[in-house]
Amino acid sequence: MSAVDSIPVRVAAIETVSPFIKTFTLEPTDGGPLPAFSGGSHVVVTMQGRDKNHRNPYSLMSSPYERRFYQISVRREDDGRGGSKFLHGNVRVGDQLFVSPPANLFALNELGRRHILIAGGIGITPFLSQLYELRAQDSDYALHYAYRRADDTAFLDRLAAEHGERAHFYESSQGHYLDPGRILAEQPLGTHVYVCGPEGLIDTVVTRARRLGWPASHIHAEEFAAPPSGRPFTVVLDKSGDELEVGPDDTVLDVLEDNGYAPDCSCRGGVCGECETAVITGEIEHHDDYLSEEVKREHSRMMICVSRAASERVVLDL
Amino acid sequence: MSEQATVAAPRVKPVETFRGDFTYSNSPEAIRRFPFPFHRDDYMYSVNIEPHDGTPPGSAYAPAFDIDEHYLSEMAERRTVLEEDPKRCQVLPYMMEAQWDTLELMMTSLAADYPEHFSLTRDGDTWTWENRLLDIRDTFTFKDADTLPLEPFEYITRQVQGDFTLHGQRNDMLYMDGGMVTCQADWSLDFDLGMNFYEWHGPVPRAHEMGVFERALKYLLTLKVGSPVRRLNWTMTVNPRMDTSPENYDKWGIDRATITPDNVGELAHLRVELQSLWRLPRSNAILFSIRCYLISMEELATVPKWARRFHRVLRDLPEDLADYKGFIGFRPTVLDYLARHDDGAATSPGGAPD
Ligand SMILES: Cc1cc2nc3c(=O)[nH]c(=O)nc-3n(C[C@H](O)[C@H](O)[C@H](O)COP(=O)(O)OP(=O)(O)OC[C@H]3O[C@@H](n4cnc5c(N)ncnc54)[C@H](O)[C@@H]3O)c2cc1C
Ligand code: HEM
Ligand code: FES
Repeated sequence: MSAVDSIPVRVAAIETVSPFIKTFTLEPTDGGPLPAFSGGSHVVVTMQGRDKNHRNPYSLMSSPYERRFYQISVRREDDGRGGSKFLHGNVRVGDQLFVSPPANLFALNELGRRHILIAGGIGITPFLSQLYELRAQDSDYALHYAYRRADDTAFLDRLAAEHGERAHFYESSQGHYLDPGRILAEQPLGTHVYVCGPEGLIDTVVTRARRLGWPASHIHAEEFAAPPSGRPFTVVLDKSGDELEVGPDDTVLDVLEDNGYAPDCSCRGGVCGECETAVITGEIEHHDDYLSEEVKREHSRMMICVSRAASERVVLDL
Repeated sequence: MSEQATVAAPRVKPVETFRGDFTYSNSPEAIRRFPFPFHRDDYMYSVNIEPHDGTPPGSAYAPAFDIDEHYLSEMAERRTVLEEDPKRCQVLPYMMEAQWDTLELMMTSLAADYPEHFSLTRDGDTWTWENRLLDIRDTFTFKDADTLPLEPFEYITRQVQGDFTLHGQRNDMLYMDGGMVTCQADWSLDFDLGMNFYEWHGPVPRAHEMGVFERALKYLLTLKVGSPVRRLNWTMTVNPRMDTSPENYDKWGIDRATITPDNVGELAHLRVELQSLWRLPRSNAILFSIRCYLISMEELATVPKWARRFHRVLRDLPEDLADYKGFIGFRPTVLDYLARHDDGAATSPGGAPD
C-alpha cells in the first residue's frame, strides 16, 4: 500500500439502518479536505483485522459536493470473506480505517439528456451520490428502487422528499415488482439507463435494453461483485534460487521489489511491456494487454506486474 | 508528492524570446536537468507510461508541474500567442467541473512544490491565490466563475508552463473537450476539438498497427485520482521556437531550409515533451499536460553521453518516423554534427548524464 493509495480516516458515526445495513461516516484523520469525487465513485476501504487485512470497495453515497466526510452503507454478507462482517461487528466510532482515492467505473454520461436509474437493494448506494449531481444540474432523470421490505432501508423518506415524482418504489414483500421491460419501453430515444443491484436484476435490465435496440453506450451497469483475489503461489527465481511467496493480493512485481530486486517495469498495469519475463516452468493466469494470445497460450512469458501463476509454483528466468 | 522537499527552488531568468531574435538558451543547470528521453541507443514507439510519483528527487520529473528558469519567458510567449489567436484556448461548455478541478489541482500542487513563488489560502470557498513571479494576487469564490477575471481553466493555465488538454470520458472513450495549446509540435486544438483518442492520433505512423493506442487508451480509462502517470515524447525543431503550430506553419516551415553545417549546432533543437496525465476528481475527466523542453545541439553536446546516444538514435530512426516528425530533410546535417561527438564508446543505461 503506497502513500498515495491510502487516506487515513476516522469513523465519526455509525448508523444502524436495518439489521443488515449500517451507514458509516468517515472523516479525514488529518483534518484536511478529502479528495473530491464524481457521482457513482467508490473507494477501497482497508480494515486491519486481527488475523488479516480486508480490502473491499464501497460506493460513496454522500454528496460529491461534500469534502469534510465520506459516507458508505454496507450490507452484511454472512458467507463472504468477512470484510462486511468485520465492519458490522468490529468497527467502532473513533476507529481508524484507510480509504483509497475515489475511482469511478459508473459515471453518469455528462452529455446524456435523460437518465434512468434502476437500483436493487444495497445497489442504491452509487445512485445516492449521483442524485446530488442530477439535481444540481437540473437534469431529466427518474429513479426506480426495488427492495424487499421498507424496514430494511432508511433512504425511502429522504428519496421521496428530495425527488418527489421522479422516485418510484417497489417493495417486493408487498407484491410490488419492478418491471425493467416496461420502464425501458417508455423511454425516449437517447436515454441512458444505469443499473446496480443483484446479478439477476442487472442481467434482466441489460438484456431487455439490448433487445429493445438500446446502444451499448447507453447501458451502464455496476455489479458489487469484487473481482476474486488470486490464489497464493510460489515464485522461484532460477538464477538466484530464491523462493518467494506471492499472497492473494500481491503482485509478483511487488514481492520482488519488497525483497530487494529491481526488475524492469514502467506502467505497472500490463500495457507497456517492460516487465516481460521468461517463464521456465509453470502455468500462467494472464491479466495483461501486452502479450499476444499465441504467447499467452504457450505459458512461456508473463507480465509480472499483473499476471499470476495458475500453478502452485512458477520458475522465472530471473 | 509535494510535502517532501524534492523540488529545488528554481532561479527564474528574465524574459527571453521564442521568436524573432530567439534569445532563449539553457543555463548549465537547466542542461543538467533536461529530461533526455532516450534510455537506450535506439527508439521505437511503445506504451512508455510510468507513475508520475515525485521521483527522482530534484529532477524535472519530480514536481507535479515543473516550473523552471524559463517560466517568465514561456508565460510571456503564451500571452503573445493568445493575443494573435484566442482559439488556442477553448473548452467545451459541459467541462466546467473539469475547469475547476484543473484550477484546484494546479494551485494546490504549485503552492506545495514552490512555496516561495506561489501560495493558496482557503477559507471555505473563499480562496486567495498568490503568484509572486507574475505579481498576481486574487481572492475569488471557488466554483463561482464570475469572481475570476477569466474562466478558471484559462486563468490558471496562463500561469503554468506547458500545454494542457481536457478529456471527458464517455462510452469507454476519451474526447478532446478543451485545451490551452500554444507551444505544440505541429497539431491544432481547433482542428482536433471534439475528436476521440483514435481520431486525434490518426496521423501517427505505425503506432496504430502496433496496438500502442489501443493499450494506452485501455490503461488511461482506469487512471485513478491521486495516481498520475507520465510519458515522454520527442521531435526536433529549428530555432528555439515554442509555437510550431499548423496555424503558423507559414512562419516556421521555411526555417527547416535554413540549417547549414555552420549553424546546425545552434539552430537545431531536440524538443522533448514531458507529458503527465491526471484523473480529475469532480468531473472524472482527464487532464493531459504537455510540458515542452528545448535544447540546442551545442547545449546537448556538453553532455557527452547524450550526444553519443542521440547520434545513434537519430541515425537509426526509421524513415517514416523521421518524416512524420518533420526533420527528415535536415537530419543528415544534424547527423554530421553529432557524428563528431560520437567516438563509438558504450553508453550507460538510463537517460541521466554520467
Ligand atoms: C464497485 C463496488 C462497489 C460496492 N459498493 C458497495 C456498497 O456500497 N455497499 C455494500 O454493502 N457493498 C458494496 N460492494 C460489495 C463489497 O465490496 C463487498 O463485496 C461486500 O461488502 C461483501 O464483503 P465481504 O468481505 O463480507 O464478502 P466478499 O468476500 O466480498 O463476498 C461477497 C459475496 O461474494 C460471495 N463470495 C465470496 N467469495 C467467493 C468466492 N471465492 N467464490 C464465490 N463466491 C464468493 C459471498 O458469498 C458473498 O455473497 C461493492 C463492490 C464493488 C465492486
Ligand atoms: C489524453 C491523452 C493524449 C493526448 C491529448 C494526446 C495527443 C496527441 C497529439 C495531439 C498528437 C499529435 C498527432 C498529430 O500528428 O496530429 C500525439 C501524438 C502521439 N501520441 Fe498522443 N496523446 C495522448 C496520450 C498518448 C499516450 C498515453 C500515448 C502512449 C503511447 C501516446 C502516444 C503518442 C505517439 C507515439 C504520438 C506520435 C508522436 C511523435 O512521433 O512525435 N499519446 N498525441
Ligand atoms: S510494468 Fe508495464 S507491462 Fe508490466
